[in-house]
Amino acid sequence: MKNVATKWVALGVLVAALVLAGGVSYYASSQPDGLTKVSQDKGFADTETDHGAADSPLAGYQAKDVDNARVSGAVAGIVGVVVVLALGTGLVYVVRRRDHQPAA
Amino acid sequence: MHVPDGFLDAPTSAATGVVAAVCVGTALVKARKELDDKTAPMVGLVAAFIFAVQMLNFPVGAGTSGHLMGGALAAVLVGPWTAILCLSVVFLVQSLLFADGGITALGTNITLMGLTTVAVGWLVFKLLQAVLPKRLSLVPVQAGIAAFLSVPVAAVLFVVLYAIGGTADIPLDTLTTAMVGVHVLIGIGEGVITFLAIGAILAVRPDLVYGARGLLAKRELEIKPSSATGAAA
Repeated sequence: MKNVATKWVALGVLVAALVLAGGVSYYASSQPDGLTKVSQDKGFADTETDHGAADSPLAGYQAKDVDNARVSGAVAGIVGVVVVLALGTGLVYVVRRRDHQPAA
Repeated sequence: MHVPDGFLDAPTSAATGVVAAVCVGTALVKARKELDDKTAPMVGLVAAFIFAVQMLNFPVGAGTSGHLMGGALAAVLVGPWTAILCLSVVFLVQSLLFADGGITALGTNITLMGLTTVAVGWLVFKLLQAVLPKRLSLVPVQAGIAAFLSVPVAAVLFVVLYAIGGTADIPLDTLTTAMVGVHVLIGIGEGVITFLAIGAILAVRPDLVYGARGLLAKRELEIKPSSATGAAA
């Protein structure tokens, strides 16, 4: 059985995430998603209220003040991947650290 | 299926917020048992990968799209409790940074797209593992089927929540038909992506797939009867 080192698997997953979020996402369908479409068809789309983070510099997966849509989306996607990676990894660190406190 | 602010009333949103908080709190404790030195470094990456793939809306019929939810994928890769943590991070970041999924609806979105798809995905996966032959090659198929089923179940649960606390008076029978119909199609995409992703990791490092570990332990015992010398860390 092939036994690829963990660091290469990790790098592969990271590169895949960056390429998908930073590049491929430009080609994603811009049609409304399932729930949005149903809400439009059934007439409750207008019950949606303003989003509290609507003024976020990355709202709608577009980086603010970047004119080129492809670049804007790429920046948003890559920042998202990095932030999620950092939070996820940090969370695991905290969860596992507590492991040492009880007598184990 | 990111629920925006305003679709559900405040009490319902608060209730799903409590459910999500309790489950995430439980997951923080239970995930410890799933995490070891091998899987821990993968968790942030799995969350980041799911975030990336959730950006990739694929078309499902006329004028509609869908994207991965990722509960089954994450559960099979890193274990169900850790998966809840992965997806909760994704939905938190999406809501606060990208204005995708309402802030008051964060608990609803964690409940629907996180807890539900993880629970259904993991339980169906384990059920299929129990009834089908114990073969490593079946793991991606079992994960794919589990992923497929998890999406319409999440859609049904949305309708249940809407019946309890929807802010508009929508006939529930047509809402159910519409939600399940489109989410069966989205589920097919969910199943295919899950099948491919699990298959890819399984091909290079089956020991990094949490859901495949039971099968590997047996195999390793057959191949290497004396592994004590190589175990020093």
